[in-house]
Amino acid sequence: MTKDSGVMVVAGWEDDFSLTGLTTEMLGLARRLSDELGGPVSAVTFGKNLQSLSQPLYWQGADEVILVEGCNLEPYQADAWLPDLVKVIQDYTPKVVLIEHTVIGMDLAPRLAFRLDTSVAMGCERVAVKGEKILFTRACYGGKVLEEISFANNPSVATVKAKTQTSLMPDYCRTGNLMVVSSSVTDAQIRTRILDRNRVVSEGIRIEHAKVVVAGGGGLGGSEGFEILTELASVLGAALGASRVACDLGWCPPHYQIGLSGKTVAPNLYIAIGISGAGQHMAGCTNAKFIVAINSDADSPIFHCSDFGVVGDYEQLVPALAKEIQKLIT
Amino acid sequence: MHIIVCIKQILNPDIATTNLRVDEKAKRVVPLPGISHVISPFDAQAVEAAMRIKDARIDDTKVTVMTMGLQSARAVLKVGLAMGADEGVLLADADFEDTDSKATAQILVAAIRKLEDADIILTGRQAADGDVGVVGLGIAELLCRPAITFAKAISSTNGMVQVVRVLENGFETIEAPLPVVVTVAHEIGKPRFSTLRETMRAAKKPVQTWTSSELRLNPQEVSSAGAHRRLERLYIPVKMTKCEVFDGGTPENTAAKLAQRLKEVGAI
Repeated sequence: MTKDSGVMVVAGWEDDFSLTGLTTEMLGLARRLSDELGGPVSAVTFGKNLQSLSQPLYWQGADEVILVEGCNLEPYQADAWLPDLVKVIQDYTPKVVLIEHTVIGMDLAPRLAFRLDTSVAMGCERVAVKGEKILFTRACYGGKVLEEISFANNPSVATVKAKTQTSLMPDYCRTGNLMVVSSSVTDAQIRTRILDRNRVVSEGIRIEHAKVVVAGGGGLGGSEGFEILTELASVLGAALGASRVACDLGWCPPHYQIGLSGKTVAPNLYIAIGISGAGQHMAGCTNAKFIVAINSDADSPIFHCSDFGVVGDYEQLVPALAKEIQKLIT
Repeated sequence: MHIIVCIKQILNPDIATTNLRVDEKAKRVVPLPGISHVISPFDAQAVEAAMRIKDARIDDTKVTVMTMGLQSARAVLKVGLAMGADEGVLLADADFEDTDSKATAQILVAAIRKLEDADIILTGRQAADGDVGVVGLGIAELLCRPAITFAKAISSTNGMVQVVRVLENGFETIEAPLPVVVTVAHEIGKPRFSTLRETMRAAKKPVQTWTSSELRLNPQEVSSAGAHRRLERLYIPVKMTKCEVFDGGTPENTAAKLAQRLKEVGAI
């Protein structure tokens, strides 16, 4: 295999062993990069009994699949994954390693870069080949500024933000090479221990998958505001979201948070209610197709990044909007 | 117990985009005059986390706040000291300018090694200017210590640290032996206000200043560590969105107009 060629994706999967949306996005990106750079698309994933994942990985663009299997690889702990990930990367020598910009990826990628003595670009929105260079575009200054960076060392590690790339249409005829590796990590090497894990099972639609998101911010004035939003959300079949301000004030659960330090969504319709439109919030919803802003402050920056807007009192407007939409869609 | 909190002075992240300029030639962010510099909010929360650990422990716990930057970065040390930290360390040297995450971690590690043994090293989850989130984990890697990211609560008993960590859809509690690095998420809550008395006291607390030579750093090593990363372009994205504002006189009429339009464009 040619040294420093190809793109490796650290693949993530859901509880039902389907690939995460972000992983299919990364495979699409990896395919496009590999077609320009040359070299294969490889996908590495960690867990146990993962065989069923190899096919969807091929279908979405992978040429090589490496399954690292072991009993201590789930849930993720950096100490359990890193030694074998480093080995796999040293064997396959990809030019770029793509990792999900999620809680796992944000924890894994920086450590990986240090172990490989290389560089990392966090939260990339765009990765493109330009001549000899690979340009990584990412937001900084709370989403107000974009930077394009390149690295002189190999491999470049990058985390990719959700909803920024296009997945390939699955090609069910595609196949590739499978390598199954047994994890070399013993329990004694894992310095951290998970004592307890509470995952909130959100009722209804997962916000990352929702076609419509209704989000509330500091302008709601209290947790009661979310009840008014719930009414609109149920008419639209929408998921509820929130700005950081609303989460920090405890008006809604923390997993509602959309933005730089929360979730990234790209629904068809995003309705921002009482949200000022701070860069760090908009970083999480800027890829929505339509953004509607409802805010009592006509000077609010949210109106600079919305397609449709209403200046006014949400407590009156939102119930009226729910009623009108109900009329139109039934 | 000794806790070191690494903090950073940044351009006030709450300023509006309209008060921010980018010099695309120099590839630098240029604030309009009068824009303040502040402690990165996640770092203020890391100081808060340190103080909560200190408050909960019966033993003698010392909190050191450390920052790398210009002489003006002293101001953020004062913020940490006024919140209750015991000592400050300023790492200031012309060689430390424009360092990347890796060089920054190397410099901080040199200083951490020079201090007495740290049991817990805290940082914010990311600095709110670069929004990178690499330095804290880099410190852990260079020191070969375990690290736990995105903490919303931290306690320490029996030579271990217990951290409630924020996940996308919930929380997990992780335990690791000391010494350890923990990065703090904003879910930890509001940093405490400094009382006037604490602020007065802070002025008398010891602050050491170290340069590259005092850290026995090889200047070439520090500068070459940053040489792999090249900033190709820095710019403020242009938003082409033009907002269509609806006003129908009454909420009902406005809502009807908006709903109609959403239907037309296929948004609903």
